[in-house]
Amino acid sequence: MTKIDPSRPGTVLPTPSHTVGPFYGYALPFPGGAEVAPVGHADTVTVHGHVYDGEGAPLPDALVEIWGPAPDGSMPTATGSMRRDPASGGFAGRNGLEFTGFGRIPTDADGHWVVRTLRPGARGVNAPYLAVCVFARGLLTHLFTRVYLPGDDAALAADPVLRQVAEDRRRTLIAVEQSPATYRFDIRLQGEDETVFLEFP
Amino acid sequence: MALTQHDIDAEIAAEREAYEQRVAAGAPVEHHPARGYAPYRSSVLRHPKQPPVNIDVTKDPELVELSSPAWGERDITEIDNDLTRQHHGEPIGERITVEGRLLDRDGRPVRGQLIEIWQANSAGRYAHRREQHDAPLDPNFTGAGRTLTDGDGFYRFTTIQPGPYPWRNHTNAWRPAHIHFSVFGRSFTQRLVTQMYFPNDPLFPYDPILQSVTDDAARQRLVATYDHGLSVPEFSLGYRWDIVLDGPSATWTEEGR
Repeated sequence: MTKIDPSRPGTVLPTPSHTVGPFYGYALPFPGGAEVAPVGHADTVTVHGHVYDGEGAPLPDALVEIWGPAPDGSMPTATGSMRRDPASGGFAGRNGLEFTGFGRIPTDADGHWVVRTLRPGARGVNAPYLAVCVFARGLLTHLFTRVYLPGDDAALAADPVLRQVAEDRRRTLIAVEQSPATYRFDIRLQGEDETVFLEFP
Repeated sequence: MALTQHDIDAEIAAEREAYEQRVAAGAPVEHHPARGYAPYRSSVLRHPKQPPVNIDVTKDPELVELSSPAWGERDITEIDNDLTRQHHGEPIGERITVEGRLLDRDGRPVRGQLIEIWQANSAGRYAHRREQHDAPLDPNFTGAGRTLTDGDGFYRFTTIQPGPYPWRNHTNAWRPAHIHFSVFGRSFTQRLVTQMYFPNDPLFPYDPILQSVTDDAARQRLVATYDHGLSVPEFSLGYRWDIVLDGPSATWTEEGR
């Protein structure tokens, strides 16, 4: 039965997840998906890394989505991440001015992804972070994780989620600064240094 | 040695029996596939083995994951939900109308959210360069579309009945016909990517991807219902498929949306 009757709450049960498969590449990625930061914005950060499987092989067919706050900690409410062009029917892309907070990046043939977004601001008691959702062929249900940026050790030490994570795995959630405003964040789906993944029951 | 369908069938049966035993022993119903599901070979090295960290969203309204990207009219064009009108000619195949309602797990309609779909053409071929199946491409069909849910949570697509196609999980592996769906909710926690199937497909029992949903009732929720009332006279056959997003949604993020 796939007609759901909302007046009978006991029958409203979740639609199961499935893998994104190998062929999303002509449907989900969009031009400018990795260019989340408004053009020339001073608070732009670059975050990049590889996605690896349990044998350390990079995934050329993973899809990384990021969602993050503005530098002042507010959550973006602007639409227009994937503006369409009514004339051509293709993508017009972002307008380069507004910050939508959402990025979608397919890994390249080397299993590598890059996103340029605004440095996230802190919200409440949390250290600043970008929310991440990972999809891939072979991954039956997507995975959530977070990119925390290094720098404010006190904020990281006080973060409620990082505090739940065993000391030796905490670093899998904290990006490595390579040069000012450029950070590396690898995602390991399995095995040694497996990334910490999050669930929201 | 190449795996046969018989090998995969035995593994699917073993997974199902293990699930039934878990439930009989008091474990909760599993609505989603286990990420490590051996009959689907690609999952073996691509699922975490460490337990996830559970986050109680009721403790903190400031979580980034409790809000979600905003979508608007400029993110779609008027005919993005009609996959039969993207080229100069008519695509080959049986035209279908797929309609449904997007709900949260409390049964509330989820409005103004982005639904994206992609699918094979009527011959079972994707318009993707890495596709190796030698069925014909259709110059009048790309197979990708998108729409926003309306004020009551409804979505609607016009497209072509996709064909089944072979893949290389094991010898003589075939995917039942399906449409891929990518769906956003009010919270990032509600994000969903899944596949919709068509009723009475004889390939269901052989497909390790569909069978990765080991719970019978949950698996049924991936299968659309033929709905004669949705069929458009002289034009298309109608299928109804409601989608229920899992994951908590905080009511406080709804303001201003």
